[in-house]
Amino acid sequence: MSSTIFKLEKVTRSFAAVEVLNPLTLDIPRGEFVAVVGPSGCGKTTLLNLLSGFIEPSSGEITRSGRMRMVYQQDGLFPWLTVTENISLGLRHLKDERELESQLKELTALIKLEGFENHYPHQLSGGMRQRVEIARALAGDTDVLLLDEPFSALDYLTRLRMRRELARMLRERPRTVVLVTHDIEEAAQLADRVIVFSERPAQVRCEWRLYEPRPRDLTHPEVVKAVHQILFELGLEKDSQLETAEWIAG
Amino acid sequence: MTPDHVSTKARLLPLLVLLTALAIWSLLTWLRVFPESVFPSPIAVAKGFGEEISSGRMYNDLVASLFRVTAGFALATVLGIPLGLWLGQGARARIALLPAINFFRSLSPLAWIPFAILWFGIGDKPAIFLIFMASFFPIVLATISAVASIPNVYFRVARDYGIKGFDMLTQVTLPAIAPQVITTLRVTAGLSWLVVVAAEMIAGRDGLGFAIWDARNGLRMDLLVVGMIVIGIIGVVIDRLLVQLMKIESIRWGYDR
Ligand SMILES: Nc1ncnc2c1ncn2[C@@H]1O[C@H](COP(=O)(O)OP(=O)(O)O)[C@@H](O)[C@H]1O
Ligand SMILES: [Mg+2]
Repeated sequence: MSSTIFKLEKVTRSFAAVEVLNPLTLDIPRGEFVAVVGPSGCGKTTLLNLLSGFIEPSSGEITRSGRMRMVYQQDGLFPWLTVTENISLGLRHLKDERELESQLKELTALIKLEGFENHYPHQLSGGMRQRVEIARALAGDTDVLLLDEPFSALDYLTRLRMRRELARMLRERPRTVVLVTHDIEEAAQLADRVIVFSERPAQVRCEWRLYEPRPRDLTHPEVVKAVHQILFELGLEKDSQLETAEWIAG
Repeated sequence: MTPDHVSTKARLLPLLVLLTALAIWSLLTWLRVFPESVFPSPIAVAKGFGEEISSGRMYNDLVASLFRVTAGFALATVLGIPLGLWLGQGARARIALLPAINFFRSLSPLAWIPFAILWFGIGDKPAIFLIFMASFFPIVLATISAVASIPNVYFRVARDYGIKGFDMLTQVTLPAIAPQVITTLRVTAGLSWLVVVAAEMIAGRDGLGFAIWDARNGLRMDLLVVGMIVIGIIGVVIDRLLVQLMKIESIRWGYDR
């Protein structure tokens, strides 16, 4: 299989007269964790829809490879199904009953929801629901995980905890990840590469790479530095004493 | 919603109310505030109960009424939900039919009584027809609005995970609309029970509605009260049964949040 999962060549997208995406050129290699940060309404969900193939670009070209799963911004668990039933949606291809059982067990353990197998989503906390969504998306042999502001609805501490959880799950089930968020800390704590979008029509304002392995502490120097640089670039923090040689694009 | 925290003592309060009502009723008859011919005593009503049960007439009336309600209501459900599903998905058909459905929903089913008799005569058929007219339109409307309010993300998730065709209906659409539709079924079942009494009073030769009409014509006010009590109790029982549907685990999410 090719080592590039997504290849975007001058991709634009508009809805009627509204231009959402300025020409965007982007390569996402297999195994990379890319975070896209940008203000609400700048076109982050549109980008994910383009990546998943749900919509096609107005101009430019996208090549996609690998099997994808998406966790939507809205609550995507089926409320009429239990935790186990929701997760097994991701295992519909499995015909062998025994294999299905063991996969379900493994996934439930992965998200640490043993004992909640027969609970319904409305009986779970927001963090637990989000874990089930991620487990469903990680079930089976897929290559790509598209995450649309998965932790936005959670409280601050749960959000911090979920970042660690996601990092741990990805160690056990590695995927190419595109995480869309408006949370710069979240991006810096999780991603190998952070891409910062401008207001609509979205344009890459800057890009930042991080090398520290996950999970990273929120106060790890590399995370702090990345957050500072991105905020500075957005005009939200004062000039940095840090050198800016690491900037990849501006 | 379950009043678990209410003490056992408080749960006996309805019984206390019942006993008080009985006491007032007895007092009123004992004092002869109203003539016995228009205000039967509790004892006369109790005797009437025994009479109706031992003659087997109450059983016959009960079965007749329940059969009509069940038939009319089931017919309305079986036809109304598919029509609602179809209209909920097709904008053109919905725009075309919605005014007509709203018109019939707003029309009292009792207004159909003359035609019901002209078309179907006396007996089961006119009652079933009237019950159908009472419940069909609310069920269609509730299904339409339930389908329209299914979050789009459910369909996208379903497609992502390979659910398509008929599975989409049975695994997504139907479970998604179930809570809202069941709420309406509960309301319309109650409505059907109201309608069957009226239908049988005019277009019946048996059934609980006919029983109270017959009692009135025979100046048997005790039997009239017997009929009223049975109608009320069965109405409550029907409602309780349908409430059980709302407690099904895969349905409850629609009410708990
Ligand atoms: N299907 C659509 N039709 C019309 N406009 C849309 C559609 N999807 C998105 N938009 C517009 O595109 C812009 C970006 O939307 P979106 O990608 O959802 O932003 P974000 O996810 O960054 O908050 C918004 O202004 C939105 O109104
Ligand atoms: Mg969005």
